[in-house]
Amino acid sequence: MRRIPLGLTLVFLYVPIVVVVVMSFNAGDSPFNWNGFSLKWYGELAADEQIRTGLGNTLIVAAGSTALSTVLGTLLAVGLARHTRSTLLDAIATLPVILPDIVLAIGLLAFYALVQLTLGLYSVLLAHAVFGTAAVAAVVRTRLSTTDPSLEEASRDLGANGFTTFWRVTLPTLAPGVVAGALLAFTLSVDEFVIAFFTAGPQSPTLPIVIYSMVRFGVTPEINALATVLLAVTFTAILAVQRLTRLAGTR
Amino acid sequence: MRRTLERFTLLGPGLAYLTALMVVPLVLVLSYSLFQRGRFGGLVYEPTGENFARLVDPLYLDVVLTSVKLAGVTTVLALLLGYPTAYAIAKLPAKWKTVALIALVLPFWTNFLIRTYAWIVLLSPAGLVNDALTGWGLIDEPLQLLYRQPAIVAGLLYAYLPLMVLPLYAALERMDAELLEAAANLGARPARAFFSVTFPLTLPAVVTGCVFVFVPSIGNFVVPELLGGGQTAMVGNLVRDQFLKARDWPFGATLALAVVALLVVLLMIQAWSARRLQGGRDA
Repeated sequence: MRRIPLGLTLVFLYVPIVVVVVMSFNAGDSPFNWNGFSLKWYGELAADEQIRTGLGNTLIVAAGSTALSTVLGTLLAVGLARHTRSTLLDAIATLPVILPDIVLAIGLLAFYALVQLTLGLYSVLLAHAVFGTAAVAAVVRTRLSTTDPSLEEASRDLGANGFTTFWRVTLPTLAPGVVAGALLAFTLSVDEFVIAFFTAGPQSPTLPIVIYSMVRFGVTPEINALATVLLAVTFTAILAVQRLTRLAGTR
Repeated sequence: MRRTLERFTLLGPGLAYLTALMVVPLVLVLSYSLFQRGRFGGLVYEPTGENFARLVDPLYLDVVLTSVKLAGVTTVLALLLGYPTAYAIAKLPAKWKTVALIALVLPFWTNFLIRTYAWIVLLSPAGLVNDALTGWGLIDEPLQLLYRQPAIVAGLLYAYLPLMVLPLYAALERMDAELLEAAANLGARPARAFFSVTFPLTLPAVVTGCVFVFVPSIGNFVVPELLGGGQTAMVGNLVRDQFLKARDWPFGATLALAVVALLVVLLMIQAWSARRLQGGRDA
């Protein structure tokens, strides 16, 4: 009895996904009616120039913003956990997580207009690094809270300077958290739509922007195939993050 | 001295970055709402209260009220479905809890547009829902499900339901089982124990979950556009249009600020309810 709501919720969550996945293998041209098994929509997908461009842009933005976020977020996490007790700084580091994306999006658009930065891939990259940094910092701080600060103290007592301690003691113990944080930042960037929509400019659409315009023009089985590929990639990535975070938590 | 240098090296880059690309943009949005729009877009630096006055202009007030209604219905439905779900997960054996939680968040992590798109496939006249209904002989002709407000609610609920379940689960999981035993020993039936003990103790989490669902729902412009067929505008659509179509940045900024103000009020309510519960426990 008690488990019925859980069952209902899971049905609610998975039925739409399953329908899209099944229809992606449909031989017919209709996205709704089943006409036998085929992989032709995956072929169409692979040949689609727009999608390839979008994917390329997405990967450039995600790789760049992840690299930036990982460095900034890791330093910030160590600084916040070991060197300050300021609630204001805490708030700044967590704000990107609770701020509605559309607010950050228009804020960044206004900021880019003010500093006269032409919109393009780098403007999206810089924008994505904002929530990426917050995500990395949050994950690394969780990891920090389970590590023993006396290791760092011991290193200092033995005469190591701050840099050596950070590089040889703090960072290696944090490594699983840093990797998990980087993967999270990457996934968030790949999926992000609203901020990219406002900051990309017309010349550099990311994959979600391409999907948005495809869906607006109507439903085609090609989107089903694209959806299935994205689902497979995301599920794999998330399960990998889950494993890493668990490793990060237990060690 | 060395300590200060270290602190600066660690905290400096990240905070400088977040200040430049988050705090400054937010201050910009705030200041835009105080100025007038130029004749050809852009900004005239003359202070005005006009943008705030326009929030209650019937034309826009209607959009704001519709958004509050749709986001509100979504939040209530999320609570009605999410609370029993969180409760069920909290009562599962430890091994299955992790599985259920992963199953719950997996769809949440998949691309938001794809998840919204899936509802177009389900709800369209030739889609699965209509197929099933006609197949079972419940209706003769396909229903117009898409491009109506319930479709928007379904899409928003689908998008944000996990944000309701997760804080509720965390609260239920933390709850002391002895309190329920005490209630039972004092003669409370399960239903009474639930409403006098369990529910009040999880109230701060209920508020948190509601904030997490309500705020992104009201700012969303994709779901109303794709599932509502552009016939129902929400605050998010209005903000986007002011920025990208009407080029009225001051008014767009004011609308966005209204959303932030709402968020702040809701977070204050949440902090207050958490504190009240804490106080009650100490007394």
